[in-house]
Amino acid sequence: MTQTDTVEPVRPETIRAVPVRHPGRWVSGAIVLVLAAMLVHMLFTNPNLDWGTFRQYFFQGGILRGLVATLELTVIAMAMGIVGGVVLALMRLSANPMLSSAAWLYIWFFRGTPVLVQLIFWFNIKALIGDVSIGVPFGQTFITWDVNSLVTTFIAAILGLGLNEAAYMSEIVRAGILSVDEGQTEASQALGMRRLKIMRRVVLPQAMRVIIPPTGNETISMLKTTSLASTVAFTELLKAGEDIFNANYKTIPLLIVVSVWYIIITSILSVGQYYLERRYGRGSSRALPPTPLQRLRRNLTTFHVKPQTVLERS
Amino acid sequence: MTDNVPAGDLMVKAEGIHKFFGRLHVLRGIDLEVTSGEVMCVIGPSGSGKSTFLRCVNHLEKIDSGRLWVDGHLVGYRQRGEKLYELREREVAAQRQDIGMVFQRFNLFPHMTALENVMEAPVQVRGEPKAAVRERAMSLLDQVGLSDKMAGYPSQLSGGQQQRVAIARALAMEPKLMLFDEPTSALDPELVGDVLDVMRQLALGGMTMVVVTHEMGFAREVGDSLVFMDEGAVVEQGHPREVLADPRHRRTQDFLSKVL
Ligand SMILES: Nc1ncnc2c1ncn2[C@@H]1O[C@H](COP(=O)(O)OP(=O)(O)O)[C@@H](O)[C@H]1O
Ligand SMILES: [Mg+2]
Repeated sequence: MTQTDTVEPVRPETIRAVPVRHPGRWVSGAIVLVLAAMLVHMLFTNPNLDWGTFRQYFFQGGILRGLVATLELTVIAMAMGIVGGVVLALMRLSANPMLSSAAWLYIWFFRGTPVLVQLIFWFNIKALIGDVSIGVPFGQTFITWDVNSLVTTFIAAILGLGLNEAAYMSEIVRAGILSVDEGQTEASQALGMRRLKIMRRVVLPQAMRVIIPPTGNETISMLKTTSLASTVAFTELLKAGEDIFNANYKTIPLLIVVSVWYIIITSILSVGQYYLERRYGRGSSRALPPTPLQRLRRNLTTFHVKPQTVLERS
Repeated sequence: MTDNVPAGDLMVKAEGIHKFFGRLHVLRGIDLEVTSGEVMCVIGPSGSGKSTFLRCVNHLEKIDSGRLWVDGHLVGYRQRGEKLYELREREVAAQRQDIGMVFQRFNLFPHMTALENVMEAPVQVRGEPKAAVRERAMSLLDQVGLSDKMAGYPSQLSGGQQQRVAIARALAMEPKLMLFDEPTSALDPELVGDVLDVMRQLALGGMTMVVVTHEMGFAREVGDSLVFMDEGAVVEQGHPREVLADPRHRRTQDFLSKVL
């Protein structure tokens, strides 16, 4: 504090002025309110929405099994995407020209074709390679498998989504790695650390701050992209709903069931992403941003106080 | 082994070092010797190749010709007969463990606390047990006057404090040689003294040091020798007091008249 301890300084008078009016906000607010009221009215009065059917199927076994399959697919495909993405990013940044061009080629191919085409491709892989066998290259074979027994619809979906995701994730990881200051690598080298250790202990943890937000978006996007697997006859959430409304023709209520589940999972993922970002923000700024709970508490307790006092450090 | 040529108490020996960046001839035949326990200060105008030379000493840069030994070992290469063989990454890393380096911009690990920064290399590189390293790291941080900042992240420390953590981090590997590249140039003037004090203590303790610096006071008081570099060559070398008071060479005179 810069105040002298002998004289209590007189606090200068606070300015009291009429704040600027914002009539535009009131008009737009009114319009939004009317539209929202119309929507709610429609939701509760339109007989085609059929909330009874919604309640009946929301926790139905088939739907829940589809939901679990969707989650499995999302988790496995994202895991493949992240691991593959890190490997591809390291390959692209490596000094070895074979590795970096192989990675470039992979990314070029998988980003250049629609993921739906890739899914259908994996589903029909038998038509391309016939049977898989182990043996001498171009020579005698020892064991042979039928490809259709290896590549089930689940495997086809995982391969289609995961391999495609790896191409996108590699660009995200690469951007993250490049965002870390060169001085970090030099300081680590000067301490006698080796390349892989530097990557694991110093560069990647810092790259995380750049990698996590878009990875969260990718995960949320993946959750919804898994619905494409319904086209290769894999029963995930959407296909589970389709199977039901193909039998009872209650299309709209079941699509709403499916949509509400997607929204619930997406919301949970967003919250998880928020806390992950906080975790990897350690040491990056003097104060971490407040969690929503902290912010809520603060807004409630300091509702009408001037902004300066709200800027405390957590 | 023939790579142990310059014996005795020489810590660094540089013989005809040349370094190019593309077509830019940055080091043009550097010959230098640093004996054990010596504090050598290096001065010179910006762009004269001081940092590049320092980085060659721990093989962060490859030299294009000449020979460089640290503690009797050829840096970055092994010599068998007439032939030189490049060392593997593992071997280069092993050499660097004995050479501490302090950078102008500190380069602390921002995602680790001060204590974790200091503990990182002994635990991760040498595989020492954490408990023992923690003891040593805490006493090193105490030594540089930061016993109350151990749990702080670099972003919570002042520049001077960060640089002292960086010095402690380098010392944690118990190096035989310490390289300083303008350690106080990025600091606010009132923070320079604390860092120089730590370096002075280190020099008094007998550490061999090569210090690129613009702090002429430090060079005069602490330095055993002073090297003036210009355009990639050593122009003048001698006892700091003599060189600073009575520079022989025109270019040294010009440079000193600008900085003193
Ligand atoms: N990695 C690099 N690539 C290309 N040129 C470089 C590189 N590092 C340094 N240089 C150049 O080499 C010269 C010497 O640089 P440096 O050793 O940093 O000088 P000093 O430390 O004495 O200021 C400068 O002209 C600089 O631009
Ligand atoms: Mg420099």
